[in-house]
Amino acid sequence: MKLMFRRLLLAIPATASIALLSGCAIQPPQPWEKANLARKEMTMDADPLDQAFTQHIYFSKESASGGYGVGGGGCGCN
Amino acid sequence: MSNQVMETMRSFTIAVVALSLIGLPFTQVGAVEVGSPAPTYSLPTTAGKVDSAGLKGKLVYVDFWASWCVPCKQSFPWMNEMQAKYGNRGLHVLAINVDGKQADADKFLGQVPAKFQIAFDPAGVTPRQFAVKAMPTSYLVDGEGRVVYVHAGFRESDQKSIEAAIVAALDTMKKR
Repeated sequence: MKLMFRRLLLAIPATASIALLSGCAIQPPQPWEKANLARKEMTMDADPLDQAFTQHIYFSKESASGGYGVGGGGCGCN
Repeated sequence: MSNQVMETMRSFTIAVVALSLIGLPFTQVGAVEVGSPAPTYSLPTTAGKVDSAGLKGKLVYVDFWASWCVPCKQSFPWMNEMQAKYGNRGLHVLAINVDGKQADADKFLGQVPAKFQIAFDPAGVTPRQFAVKAMPTSYLVDGEGRVVYVHAGFRESDQKSIEAAIVAALDTMKKR
């Protein structure tokens, strides 16, 4: 009886600490829960025009295209 | 190992088991695939309620959408067209909104006309049951409540193949 009680007493903080530790990472947002992630403020680059410009400079100077899902041989002909 | 350490370890094991049991209802039930029975649902709509039992005998196009989902917006005119074209043959388009805020859905519906049934599930119970993996995802559920077609995403190039699936499903239902 005493042992059971002690085990229970130990289990409570153990449960609490695991719950706290895993609280932030139980599950990633589900596809239907991405309302906030879909907001404009959540994009890496605020302005699509600015982003296009930056990328143009990047691949002109680096003589390589791609890296963002675009295929290319890096011939420098862009 | 000392008794104390053993005791603590055992407590942790108990805790982990207990926590995983708590988490059980949140894990996804088996994926909804072609041939498997569709989950049952009962949801509020723009006018009254809809439940899966009441749609028996119809070919139901269950679509999950949200106001923030761009391809969903593109799918609305097409779903209007499908409802108008195949409604009299037994097609019922049911678009389930999964927005957390009703106001977002209402704003969207003010901009994009929908001439088919709209249901609301802000808690996200049905998308979990249907195991939605992308937005939008649509399911064709036949008259007996069986999933006959699943489609994730929506592009203009997808329209033809989904329509073909609708026609095929209507044809097989007619034969029965």
